[in-house]
Amino acid sequence: MLGLNRKDFQLLLLVIVLTALAPFFLNPFPVESSLAQFNAGYPDLMQRFVIFGIFAIGFNILFGLTGYLSFGHAAFLGAGSYAAIWMMKLLTMNIIPAVTLSIIVAGVFSLAVGFISLRRSGIYFSILTLAFAQMSYSLAYSVLTPITGGETGLQPKISDPRIFDGPLAAGASPRASLFGLEMNSTYEMAVGGWLFTFNVGYYIAAILMVISFYVAIRIFRSPFGLMLRAVKSNQNRLGYTGVSSRPYTLAAFVISGMYAGLAGGLLVAMDSQAGAERMFWTASGEVVLMTILGGAGTLIGPVLGAGLIKYLENIVSKINETVLTAWFDWMPSVLQDILVAVVYPFVGKGWHLTLGLMFMLVVIFLPGGLMEGLARIGALFSRKPKSSDDNVDGAAKPSPAE
Amino acid sequence: MEALVLQIVNGLDKGSAYALIALGLTLIFGTLGVVNFAHGALFMIGAFCAVTLSRLLTLSHVVIDDTKKDFLGNPSKVEVPYIYDFFGQATGDVIIDWAVPISILVAIPVMMLIGVAIERGLIKHFYKRAHADQILVTFGLAIVLQEIIKYFYGANPIPTPAPDAFRGSFDFGAMLGFDPNVIIYPYWRLVYFGFAAIVISAVFAFLQFTTFGMVVRAGMADRETVGLLGINIDKRFTIMFGLAAAVAGVAGVMYTPINSPNYHMGMDFLVLSFVVVVVGGMGSLLGAVLAGFLLGILESFASMGAVLEVLPGINQIILYVVAIIILLTRPRGLMGRAGVMED
Repeated sequence: MLGLNRKDFQLLLLVIVLTALAPFFLNPFPVESSLAQFNAGYPDLMQRFVIFGIFAIGFNILFGLTGYLSFGHAAFLGAGSYAAIWMMKLLTMNIIPAVTLSIIVAGVFSLAVGFISLRRSGIYFSILTLAFAQMSYSLAYSVLTPITGGETGLQPKISDPRIFDGPLAAGASPRASLFGLEMNSTYEMAVGGWLFTFNVGYYIAAILMVISFYVAIRIFRSPFGLMLRAVKSNQNRLGYTGVSSRPYTLAAFVISGMYAGLAGGLLVAMDSQAGAERMFWTASGEVVLMTILGGAGTLIGPVLGAGLIKYLENIVSKINETVLTAWFDWMPSVLQDILVAVVYPFVGKGWHLTLGLMFMLVVIFLPGGLMEGLARIGALFSRKPKSSDDNVDGAAKPSPAE
Repeated sequence: MEALVLQIVNGLDKGSAYALIALGLTLIFGTLGVVNFAHGALFMIGAFCAVTLSRLLTLSHVVIDDTKKDFLGNPSKVEVPYIYDFFGQATGDVIIDWAVPISILVAIPVMMLIGVAIERGLIKHFYKRAHADQILVTFGLAIVLQEIIKYFYGANPIPTPAPDAFRGSFDFGAMLGFDPNVIIYPYWRLVYFGFAAIVISAVFAFLQFTTFGMVVRAGMADRETVGLLGINIDKRFTIMFGLAAAVAGVAGVMYTPINSPNYHMGMDFLVLSFVVVVVGGMGSLLGAVLAGFLLGILESFASMGAVLEVLPGINQIILYVVAIIILLTRPRGLMGRAGVMED
């Protein structure tokens, strides 16, 4: 169906169902319970899940298929953000022109960067893209301040022209909308102790993510996608058979740049602001991590990776000493103090330490990411049990990465 | 002419730091074939060796001084560093004053140890993996090291002054025969440049004139053959990793008076150091050093007022622009060898 085989269609359906029902299953704990802080079903975080999902899906088309490791993709996200905010300042608060232009601008920008960077491969390619991204970041911070707002960034102001919108009513502030449907309008549903939030912005971003995901499946299964895999497995041999790989890699680079632009435009549509820090190279590193963590080269892995990272970032960094003490309250006080002292460096402000450790552990033990982990667990159960001993052994010690 | 000399000497200190870090990166790359994204973190740890030592030296205990009274008439309490007890006050003050240079002695073994531990514990397992994996795991390591330092020392820069004798500036222009007060140069930057020159020549001399260095160079050229000759080349390469870490560490120690160290100073230098290595040519030690100084000086020329008027903001991006031009016109960098990283 939709040009997909049965398995892919099931995957697409799964993604559709998951995103549609996310407000329910991301809020598994009642509002009053002590576990409510693990709820992820609030609009801001759910929007980030799907937007960074789009970003990671796009990055995966480049890195997962061709193996070219770009360390500068945040630049395209940033460029898309700036394009979107300018549309909102000049034309209208409707998000359609904003998101459209952000895709176009990011596409053109990535065409220019890719045209130069793709002359080299391997580590040189990584460093070239890193150099371009850092260059854009420095420029956005300093010389381009009239366009980018420099350190303060850009926000829509009441005094902006917005030629398509009528004048704002007195006291109203400009809000991003889709034909009058405001991005931050929500509908709350209380069931028993649970409170579920349905947010317009989230569902618009989610629909775009499902479309992006569908396009990514089609690319993965197309002859073009097969060409990109050929680039990854042996570029020399591809050259010997008389195929120039550059048009293919460049196309992949531009496509992933446009995905990044879409993500950047959506970020602006949700929070109506753009700043240079979105282009910083740690932001590029983050999308690499999302893709690797989920599983580079798999379809759904990057979405899972993006969701997991954003979830942990929001939840782990909120835990502070008081919360920890409350958790371990049932223990003897000595044990409680020790545990709090041990766990404390990894939560709250120490979230980046957890992130770094997770990054290392995944690269060392699970180069295929979560998807490989799931496949291994699946293999454990699907293997025909020869004897019960065998199975216990296999479950007890996970096989090392190599 | 004066302006020209001024920009050249201004570029020397940053250039020295670039050259030292790039030298270490190239050593690791040339011997082990690993792209080390954690090298900036090693530079940062070196800087924090200096911070730690100067804190340890000023550890004090409280002594009740009967000769002085506080405003209530009680004997006042004075904090006395332990080091006074060991060496007396005069020597103790000198030692505290010279904390930064003394830290070099501490930093070398510490950094060697850290380097060897990283190589044996982590990087050893990544020789056969893709370059992308090596980049990613060292990137993760850099984040971890940086966050550990942040946890213990906080996020704010920690001022670590140079010894009294080298504080302040002098009239460098007058020494060279220009008009006085044209080229004013801080003492410590000259010290840093001299120090970098010594370290770089020491590394080159070590590689060129010792048997150990000869074996390492042979291993860089053809690791397999050296191994077949019955030489344990892995062990020597591990030591070279330690050496590269020590070079980065002492570069960080000496840089503390120029810029107060904070936990992300390594990352700031790392990206630029990669640019330096690429411009110099992957795997070429001499190229890395020359490109380090060249780019440092170029950066300082780009921040001249006259240049900024014509090309605003060029000082922010000059290094990247140069790297892009070099990579596109001379793909192997200025002095790169053929066959390095060309797959």
